[in-house]
Amino acid sequence: MNQFQYVRPTKPQAAIDAVAKDANARFIAGGTNLVDLMKRGVMTPQKLVDINRLDFRKIERQNNALRIGALALNSTVADDKQVRERQPLLALALNAGASPQLRNMATVGGNMLQRTRCAYFYDVTMPCNKRQPGTGCGALEGVNRMHAIFGFSDKCIAVHPSDMSVALVALDATVQVSGPKGNRSIPFADFHRLPGDTPEKDTNLEPGELITAVDVPDNPFTKHVHYQKVRERASYAFALLSVAAALDIDNGGTIKAARLAMGGVAHKPWRLTAAEQVLVGKPATEESFRQAATVAMQGAKAFKYNEYKLRLGPNAIVQALKTAAAA
Amino acid sequence: MNAPEKKIGAPMNRVDGRQKVTGAAKYSAEYELPNMAYAVLVGSTVTKGRLSSIDTKDAERAPGVLAVITHLNAPKAPGVKPTGKDPSQPQTVGSALQVFMDDKIRFNDQPIAVVVANTLERARFAARLVRAQYAKEKHQTNLEANKANAFLPTQAKKNPKSPAADYQRGEVDAYKTGALKLEAEYVIPTEVHHPMELQAITAHWEAPDRLTLYDKTQGTMATRRDFARQWGLPEENVKVIATYVGGAFGNALHSWPHESAAIIAAKVVNRPVKLMLTREQMFTMVGYRPHTWQKIGMSATADGKITAITHESIGQTSTYEEFVEATLGQTKMMYQSPNLTTRYRLAALDVGSPIWMRGPGEATGAFALESAMDEMAFLLNIDPMEFRLRNYTDQDPEKNRPWSSKFLKECYQAGAQRVGWNKRQLKPGSLRDGEWFIGYGMGVGTFGAHRGSSKASAQLLPDGTVLLQSAVTDIGPGTGTAMTQIAADTLGLPPEKIRFEWGNSDFAQAPTQGGSAIVNTVGPAVQEVCMALKDKLRELAATSNGAFATAKKEDVSFADNHLTLAGNSTARATYADLVRQAGGKAVTVESKPSGEGQKFSMYSFSVHFAEVRVHELTGEVRVSKLISCADAGTIINEKTAGNQMKGGAVGGIGMALMEHAIIDDRFGRYVTKDLADYHVPVHADSPAIEVFFVNQPDPYVNQLGTKGIGEIATIGVAPAIANAVFNATGKRVRELPITPDKLV
Repeated sequence: MNQFQYVRPTKPQAAIDAVAKDANARFIAGGTNLVDLMKRGVMTPQKLVDINRLDFRKIERQNNALRIGALALNSTVADDKQVRERQPLLALALNAGASPQLRNMATVGGNMLQRTRCAYFYDVTMPCNKRQPGTGCGALEGVNRMHAIFGFSDKCIAVHPSDMSVALVALDATVQVSGPKGNRSIPFADFHRLPGDTPEKDTNLEPGELITAVDVPDNPFTKHVHYQKVRERASYAFALLSVAAALDIDNGGTIKAARLAMGGVAHKPWRLTAAEQVLVGKPATEESFRQAATVAMQGAKAFKYNEYKLRLGPNAIVQALKTAAAA
Repeated sequence: MNAPEKKIGAPMNRVDGRQKVTGAAKYSAEYELPNMAYAVLVGSTVTKGRLSSIDTKDAERAPGVLAVITHLNAPKAPGVKPTGKDPSQPQTVGSALQVFMDDKIRFNDQPIAVVVANTLERARFAARLVRAQYAKEKHQTNLEANKANAFLPTQAKKNPKSPAADYQRGEVDAYKTGALKLEAEYVIPTEVHHPMELQAITAHWEAPDRLTLYDKTQGTMATRRDFARQWGLPEENVKVIATYVGGAFGNALHSWPHESAAIIAAKVVNRPVKLMLTREQMFTMVGYRPHTWQKIGMSATADGKITAITHESIGQTSTYEEFVEATLGQTKMMYQSPNLTTRYRLAALDVGSPIWMRGPGEATGAFALESAMDEMAFLLNIDPMEFRLRNYTDQDPEKNRPWSSKFLKECYQAGAQRVGWNKRQLKPGSLRDGEWFIGYGMGVGTFGAHRGSSKASAQLLPDGTVLLQSAVTDIGPGTGTAMTQIAADTLGLPPEKIRFEWGNSDFAQAPTQGGSAIVNTVGPAVQEVCMALKDKLRELAATSNGAFATAKKEDVSFADNHLTLAGNSTARATYADLVRQAGGKAVTVESKPSGEGQKFSMYSFSVHFAEVRVHELTGEVRVSKLISCADAGTIINEKTAGNQMKGGAVGGIGMALMEHAIIDDRFGRYVTKDLADYHVPVHADSPAIEVFFVNQPDPYVNQLGTKGIGEIATIGVAPAIANAVFNATGKRVRELPITPDKLV
């Protein structure tokens, strides 16, 4: 670990200033990812700005949305009554992530900002354009069984590891940020980026911008939801891939509205809007789900070791939709 | 007076349970010595070649740094032999990697420097500042690509009777001409022990010629011998303490580079030095279960009699040590096949040396053999248990002599009944529960019931406690508890009055904990020393009270503060007097195996039955039932033995379903670097494992009737699960682990 300064401001503006004015400063909240990265030398901030004293922990309903403070703990959100009643998909996704110990430390803002778990990113001796632009992508022709099948570039094929974010993108959430230039809202689908030529940038946050909350608008998806996470052990593992599914089904069994997103397949949580459209107006049957899955997988492309995702992806979508419909 | 309740066999709680769960138990990294310094290793970032330069200036200047040691400035231990031999042509069994001896790089992350500082954080920081330049050479880390260069191990070349030599009975490769035959290849990846406790050592030169090591090791005496030899010291000048070992699984059966590095560092800075590996370093320099390719050819008659088996194996080793294990052992003796051929080979790669990992080679071999048994049973359309029974051996077909004991059939019956084997269908994919396919599989394991020689010492203390000591370690199986039970029964004392101390090389000689041999070996020594102590006490008592002189040992018993004699209420000898008379001296005995091993084949046996559920869409596998049945002779402690069986079974689940250390061959570096990438089972992966012990004493291994548990707990579990997956889905996975991508 490198040496660093540590400050713990009590006012948001002080925190923002501290990071905006220092390119080598980073916010730290739960630290469940950043500290690991620092231990390995992947990230070497000169200053840590601890934001845990800021008042961003509340979960409250306003303007037909649930506003979840950026510092609310993953475990708190997953157990919150309003979240479980109004946004059960979010609670499911949160509980599928990490372990209880980590969820007790990790914050909502930090969860969105966790870095990829790509092994080449984590090993400072290996090539990685995300960690060190211009060094190449180690995974492209390496061990890439965990890697992307959508939206990658020849600079980076890493995936975003968050489960929570898959639910948030499906639920049309909005990220509230505060920065040197004031406050702004970022639709969740625009929050994370595809790698393109700048894989070092995970998100569209500007320097010094601080996430203050995430808003999840009210929706009809309070019953037929499921978060399907396929992993190599029953718990405490990153997804091979995951599917967030939410359905609104009328009494006749017809799908009125659908939300679908995948994790573990792209550099960002991957919303499947075309597949959602296939579902609307269709009966909630396996046949409809299979059609949606086929549309969802259009454009997917595999590498040497992740070809299984082309088969697992549609199956997981069908399974997620079946489970959601039966819920 | 009532006879005390028998302790052998009782499910007694661990004698050290409270220390462990309250944190009072001290592990190797937890010793705090005055003026201690901390060491961090710097590893090579290339896989093969030479260090062309190493720049330590920045590291040396960093705050708190006491020394940066490399091959350029390391003191050379007088007894150290150079690493290995010519790496391109392993001619010998080689020798362990010796750190900082030369500029040669033999594997990625090989230690090239050790940084010593007055705090761990400073040492870690400075370690990042060491900069090395390399003259790189082309490396080989891929087993598949190097199979053609596989060679017969040197020990087999020198000795055709070596277990690693080619074995033959009947005709060579007779399966090829069999009417009904199968031929299949099986692969296990590199698996890493990853005990919860990381490798750690605190090295303290108490004088220029006296060394104390608080070290994670499975053998205090083996470690003492290795480092005494390295430093040219008499063995008694080196003390190795390993009271508590937080799991090892074979990982601490060898002296490793970081131990040498800490000892060198302590010498250089003349302070005690603590060195703990990182989880990442646990992959690279302290051994692993080697990536192994196997091929089995098998033929059988239509009525299910095996006519021939050929079993070949190529395991990976390093360029500087030939690591040999008994991958093909089970095949030679488990089934009645008149024709049998085995060929064991090694492929030397630019990697760190492997080391035995629980169940070791036998577990690797059993994956292939027991999978092939299942494949053949399927070909024959015979129930796999019935197929095994038709080929059951009532005597050892390899050595043509009787078993010392074998109750494997009893294990089959018990396990089949408990798992619900009668529900199993011959046709795969027949059973479902909603989206889950259900299948049943079995796998058999065996391991030699080894017994070595060992000593134990015993001494009466003034409060009537008996202090027993042995250099043996307790790496988790509950050795200390089992020995306490044996002593309690032998002396007729309650366990609270026994203090068994272990894990110190100064104590009575004992072998390294490994190979399922500790209860077999140390148990008799403890029993015999207790009898000797009682006899000694009777003799001492006789000097002041003649009644004891003619008394029989069994008539002597322990009261609150004195010895009593049955049938003589006035005879008594106080502990205070006896201790004074003994002059503080302990009784020590050595216990050795009898010659019976020549007449019998001695093995423990196990069978594991698994029920699995495989998701039809996601390919996820869940083990819903696991029954482990063992013929391991007398069970000293049902609770700790059951615990050991369950732990071994969980290891088998890991082997079957998730454990997989992956090297990117372009770089020769692991891409699995921590326990997030390298999966071991979590609680949710393990059902409530049921254990059954036949609990019949073996008449010949030793007087206690024990045979050993540690290895058979794991051997056979992975094929049981793989076979159950086949029964559930019709998909035969011959390359572990069985991850969802292989089933979807």
